[in-house]
Amino acid sequence: MQLTLWTYEGPPHIGAMRIATSMRDLHYVLHAPQGDTYADLLFTMIERQDRRPPVTYTTFQARDLGGSTAELVKAAVAEAFERFRPAALLVGDSCTAELIQDQSGALAAGMQLPIPVVALELPAYSKKENWGAAETFYHLVRALLADQVPAPGSKRPPRDPARRPRANLLGPTVLGFRCRDDVTEIRRLLDALGIDVNVVAPLGASVDDLRRLPDADFNIDLYPEVSRTLTGWLNRSFGMPATRTIPMGVGATRDFIAEVAALAGVDPSPLLGGETPGAAGRSSSASRQPWYARSVDSTYLTGKRVFIFADATHAIAAARIAAEEMGFTVVGLGCYARDFARDVREAAARYGVEALISDDYLEVEKAIAAAAPELVLGTQMERHIAKRLGIACAVISSPIHVQDVPARYSPVYGFEGANVLFDSWVHPLVMGLEEHLLQMFRDDFEFNDAAPASHLPAVAAQTMAVAELGMSDADDGPAWTADGERELKKIPFFVRGKARRNTESYARSRGLSTITVETLYDAKAHFAR
Amino acid sequence: MSNLHDIPVATRSGCDERPVLRERGQREVFCGLTGIVWLHRKLQDAFFLVVGSRTCAHLIQSAAGVMIFAEPRFGTAILTDRDLAGMADANDELDRLCVTLLERRPEIRTLFLVGSCPSEVIKLDLARAAERLNARLLPQVRVLSYSGSGIETTFTQGEDAALRTFVPLMPHTDARQLMVVGCLPDIVEDQFRRQFEQLGIADVVFLPGRRAADVPAIGPNTDLLPAQPFNGDTVRALVARGARLLRAPYPFGAEGTTAWLQAAARAWGVSPAAFDAVTGPARARAETALARQRPLLAGRSLFMLPDSQLEPSLARFLHRELGMRLIEVGTPFLDRQMVSEELALLPDDIVLSEGQHLDRQLDRVRAARPDLTVCGLGLANPLEAEGLATKWSIELVFSPIHGYDQAGDLAELFARPFARRARLAV
Ligand code: SF4
Ligand code: SF4
Repeated sequence: MQLTLWTYEGPPHIGAMRIATSMRDLHYVLHAPQGDTYADLLFTMIERQDRRPPVTYTTFQARDLGGSTAELVKAAVAEAFERFRPAALLVGDSCTAELIQDQSGALAAGMQLPIPVVALELPAYSKKENWGAAETFYHLVRALLADQVPAPGSKRPPRDPARRPRANLLGPTVLGFRCRDDVTEIRRLLDALGIDVNVVAPLGASVDDLRRLPDADFNIDLYPEVSRTLTGWLNRSFGMPATRTIPMGVGATRDFIAEVAALAGVDPSPLLGGETPGAAGRSSSASRQPWYARSVDSTYLTGKRVFIFADATHAIAAARIAAEEMGFTVVGLGCYARDFARDVREAAARYGVEALISDDYLEVEKAIAAAAPELVLGTQMERHIAKRLGIACAVISSPIHVQDVPARYSPVYGFEGANVLFDSWVHPLVMGLEEHLLQMFRDDFEFNDAAPASHLPAVAAQTMAVAELGMSDADDGPAWTADGERELKKIPFFVRGKARRNTESYARSRGLSTITVETLYDAKAHFAR
Repeated sequence: MSNLHDIPVATRSGCDERPVLRERGQREVFCGLTGIVWLHRKLQDAFFLVVGSRTCAHLIQSAAGVMIFAEPRFGTAILTDRDLAGMADANDELDRLCVTLLERRPEIRTLFLVGSCPSEVIKLDLARAAERLNARLLPQVRVLSYSGSGIETTFTQGEDAALRTFVPLMPHTDARQLMVVGCLPDIVEDQFRRQFEQLGIADVVFLPGRRAADVPAIGPNTDLLPAQPFNGDTVRALVARGARLLRAPYPFGAEGTTAWLQAAARAWGVSPAAFDAVTGPARARAETALARQRPLLAGRSLFMLPDSQLEPSLARFLHRELGMRLIEVGTPFLDRQMVSEELALLPDDIVLSEGQHLDRQLDRVRAARPDLTVCGLGLANPLEAEGLATKWSIELVFSPIHGYDQAGDLAELFARPFARRARLAV
């Protein structure tokens, strides 16, 4: 048993729903009690979907147990087929149905429907949402391609040089992070390289589209949490290689272009020709990000402490951007899914931090409070944590909320994605010039703690104060004398937490039990070295 | 027999002779766990621990909208493979987890263990667990248990099951008192308390109170006035303890509130003149507020999908006080004893339905093309996309809507979709 207050991921059948809802003509019969229908609102509210998820719930009740639940499955399958006429059907159990062991998938498969019926076995007591999505995607494609798998050992014929290379974009789903716009962005990149998109799946795909997957020359593993299981199988069975780079950030986008060009056997220079890593000026990249990061107003971003916690894909990519493209200091890196823990640990080692692998919201909150970052890059959950601690925050991955599905075009992949990320990470921070002015005029009555930067909401001041309290370790830390405390108050509020922390750790390292004005300035001198 | 093959039957039974369309099939209704979302806010010294699956945890957080920033007073003990395979003794695990939880939250006085579908199916005995924990934790903390599982309860029945757990704990009293049954927002509770006081009914207790630890007494001189129609089991358990049930419509709108207060006033021998003097001004205020919304709603047709069991009461209010035309009034469960006074006030030419077969019901919605459809959040945007105006039913459970001073707000909730449509020109 595991105590949970908030969960990062739903159960695995929610992952299956994401696959079904992403596609056009697939239906899912879910053996589940009535309350499980809550899942519909994730799609209709958070994503503002304009149709119901294509899911039929059997809605069994206590009085059906020990008798008619299996009949319910068959009736629901028959009725769903009649009413919705899907091109293929997924059938599976929710957590409760798993316990009563009706074998819903086998029951449905035995009904001789004229369409493919894919039985899903998604263990609800050990697995979670992303795994469920990956597993569903893989089993669905596998079932649809069963008769196309070439004999083992057969070689893939080389591409007819007369036709443009073709790629599949795999992994985008509803309730994923910015998938809709990322796909558009990646399409543009591929087009510029002369590569055609064969199929995008599951988002917007039909069952027939999935049957055409082997027509592509290679796969783009866009969201590995959902697509890696499938791309691995397509590689083993059809000899289709897949990309490994996630094109998030300018550097990674350049690497991605090089990787894709190599896989497709095309010249990357239409895109990479204009990229001059390390150069200043507006013309150094197709993205504005590198120049914006070099412009002088960005100086204040230097060394900002950032804590990153998300799904593995977005977390690892964000860490590279933070360190290499924003000039931040990564003070924490983690993800909520164990499946990708190894990749995250490797990345964390590069930034000299220990990876946090946990789906315990409280543990994450504790780690963030302890690291006292100036910016949190996280999920919907970290948005709450950051708000509570009074720290700036930007959301970079699922789980998301309704405000993370913006109306405007806002990818996070590709060159335009890098622009979007620059804006959305910088925006929550105190703007450079403004920070400067706050310093200069800190004795002016209008520039006091209660007057935060103009673009921040009015609540910021209060929460900042709360955060400062939260950061100091009242119990075992050295005590502040009254004049020390008074001097500390003169330091602008947005750096005061850092000053307090530094001074206390300095005092602790010297074995001092009280902090005076002198200690404060000794510490300042110490850290300035 | 299968649910889905059940042929809908129109039956006539009970005191009200009205036919009911009973349907069984796919439901689009939350399970009883959802009640935790408002119960935990009301009972400030209680913690609700669901013993269930990741689905249960996900349901509550989706229903609560992850809008609560503080550490919530609810959580889920998620069953894992180890518990199911018997590798870990689920009972020991649960005890350990409860003790850890209470150490973290020393201010908690009552811990509710809330059963779910998985805990019911594997027959994890939460009542026994509560006994076991009580032996260890009382008097510091009392542990209670109930089931909010979706195989046994729909949405608001969770509150009924939770309140029901207080009944055996209630001390006996012979004192004359009025007990209002059903969770109300504090502000509404205070308004009612003032009104009862002005009527000369001083001994009023509310179930639940603001703290779970304050359990009211009960006895033969207790009059019960239900404030929510979905607490039937609790009311019947209280009646079994000797209390007397006052029958009335529910306090929605000016008319409903008057009738509801009147039931108490009559039982307490308040003179009609005194009653009018006390309620007159508030009632007039409510009527003025309703008159403002009436032009937007009068003559418009309404279709209510089943959700909270408030449907018959709200339909009565919308029809009689705002002039809406009722097409179908659906309710997940029709507790005739609890809504007899409401049913008597509904017009004859409507469809009253109980239970749900979602797709068939949506077929009826599409055929009728009502001016307004009351439905859950999972259906609202899809119906809007079909050009149908909707009102989310969950708001009716989360907002203060009872009493004279909320009558206008309640009407406004239904008028807003029309007001909004009138503004938008895109
Ligand atoms: S219906 Fe059952 S399994 Fe589903 S959330 Fe409710 S209690 Fe949990
Ligand atoms: S804001 Fe979020 S939680 Fe609230 S109703 Fe909308 S989708 Fe649901």
